[in-house]
Amino acid sequence: MRLSRRDFLVKGVQLAAGGLVATTVVGKVWPAGTTLAQGKEAPRDWTRVWEEHEWAFVVDTRRCIGCGRCVVACKKENGVPLEAEVTRTWVEQYAVMADGRTEVISPHGGQDGFAETKVTGEMSKAFFVPKLCNQCEKPPCVKVCPVAATYQTGDGVVLVDRERCIGCRYCIQACPYGARFLHPELHVADKCTWCYHRITKGLLPACVQTCPTGARQFGDLKAPDSAVKKILEEQPSNVLKPAMGTEPQVYYLALDRVVI
Amino acid sequence: MSGFVFPNEMEINWSLLIVLYPYITGLVAGAFIVSALYHVFNRRQLAPVGRLALVTALSFLIVAPMPLLLHLGQPVRGLEIMWTPNPTSAMAGFGYIYSFYMVILLLEIWFIFRSDIVAHARSSRGIARLGYTVLSLGAWDTSPRTLEQDHRLTTVLASIGIPAAAFLHGYVGFIFGAIKANPWWSTPLQPVIFLLSAIVSGMALLMLVYAVTCWRRKEAVDHQCLMSLNKYLWYFLILDVCLEVLEVISKMYEAEEAWPVIYQLLTAYLPVTFFGLQLALGAVVPLVLLTVARRAGSRSGQALTLLSAALILVGVFSMRWNVVIGGQMLSKSLRGFTAYHPPFLGLEGVLPAVVILALPFVILAVVCRIIPPWSQKAAGEEYYSSDVEVSA
Repeated sequence: MRLSRRDFLVKGVQLAAGGLVATTVVGKVWPAGTTLAQGKEAPRDWTRVWEEHEWAFVVDTRRCIGCGRCVVACKKENGVPLEAEVTRTWVEQYAVMADGRTEVISPHGGQDGFAETKVTGEMSKAFFVPKLCNQCEKPPCVKVCPVAATYQTGDGVVLVDRERCIGCRYCIQACPYGARFLHPELHVADKCTWCYHRITKGLLPACVQTCPTGARQFGDLKAPDSAVKKILEEQPSNVLKPAMGTEPQVYYLALDRVVI
Repeated sequence: MSGFVFPNEMEINWSLLIVLYPYITGLVAGAFIVSALYHVFNRRQLAPVGRLALVTALSFLIVAPMPLLLHLGQPVRGLEIMWTPNPTSAMAGFGYIYSFYMVILLLEIWFIFRSDIVAHARSSRGIARLGYTVLSLGAWDTSPRTLEQDHRLTTVLASIGIPAAAFLHGYVGFIFGAIKANPWWSTPLQPVIFLLSAIVSGMALLMLVYAVTCWRRKEAVDHQCLMSLNKYLWYFLILDVCLEVLEVISKMYEAEEAWPVIYQLLTAYLPVTFFGLQLALGAVVPLVLLTVARRAGSRSGQALTLLSAALILVGVFSMRWNVVIGGQMLSKSLRGFTAYHPPFLGLEGVLPAVVILALPFVILAVVCRIIPPWSQKAAGEEYYSSDVEVSA
């Protein structure tokens, strides 16, 4: 059989289209991943699972006592060396002086507590502010990543693909909150994930679990009896650097105006 | 470190190598603009540097990605930026813009040097002949008609090259200027400032390279050419300085939340590199010297022009330092500053930086051995006389 070039192209397109239809049909009848080992368990639609939750983090600055247990718990849970300065979460101590000065410290991210704090002069108020990744709804870090190694999950958490990150550190520059760092051992970008490996299993983030005073609270805004939702509905809350337009999802209660 | 900085800001993330990156790409863009002034805008007084400018641009362009690669946490994955780019990332454009510009530059160099390459191939033997034959890509036709064609293509390529060069460097400015998290970087003026300082630094570099190569070849520097460059340099420099100062003045006048720390950054942490090197020694003094040079005698005029060029190179390097390092010294807490003293050794130390800065000159020396760019004057006149004939 002799084929003209035109016939050849037409046949080729038909064949390709036929193949596509066939594989799609087979795929529908016998979805990928449904192996014999998995039996007849219904396949989960991961895109929908991703959007089942809307996580939110609430920090009550009046409750934090600056013990630093959250920082230690986080580092241990997430494989960040304890001796490293970099950290996924930290606690800042604010001392607002009578003369209007504000003194802020966070030695080793507050992981050893604030036992040796010395303030000179008359102090009008003092408080602690825990900080962590805000899992911004409009994350500048995700926008700038040149290889899309950092991404936003369907339930609103910003993660880093360690297999993909090239370690250019543009995301670290782009984060207005100083929440990102280069992992000292892995040489890829690292950040708080709200313990994504835990929350997707129904557990709390390590820092929330550890906090002895309930200064850190975590929950799902889509859950029927969501505690964090109730707090946010009933109490005035604020976010850090709202003018940045990043729409943070860490909500602060009783946030003093001196906190940046 | 002083004041309060966030725990993740204890160390500077973009170090000396990232100061080199905009510096080197800037030199490329500037050198290219000079070649374009000659090849596109027919500034014939620039004939002696027209071809030298192209090979200088190439030598620096080859080295430009090196500091970036060395700085990556995962250098092996560096090319992923080409295969899986994130369309919303300003940085993802680098690979494409760089490659596009490299292709344009290589093509332009090939068309401009083709007749030379063919002549070399005809007159040499053995390995050299083989090498030149490969370089000529088998295109040995040097009849007036094909040369005329080469010339026209060159003009087209150079015309594409101008926006490409402008984009390559304006884009580097955008990488910094579009970071809202950093109040010292974030300004729409940044790409323009980067582009103008790039042109200025590239011109200054070319003047020095030209002078040194003349001296090495025991030839007189073409006074008209150098003075012409002097004038262009002056124009671009005044624009550059005005915008750099304007940026600071508008930040000061608007006096937003971050201004007190920016003020502190400039006056307490960068006074020498900003006011001393970038503005005084790198801009005001050269502006005066360049003006004086044009009115001075031949020898002193040349000396003053070259001295200005050297000062400008220092000034633009300081500008890159003040942006890249300065911006990171300032904490996002707006309450403190991170110190930075580059180590001497190590991957991100002073030594590798010096090696990277020296490398383009080595490449340039090699390129100049293979395709000497000096015969420009004669060749240029030939082209233009044939132009006249064709149009007549």
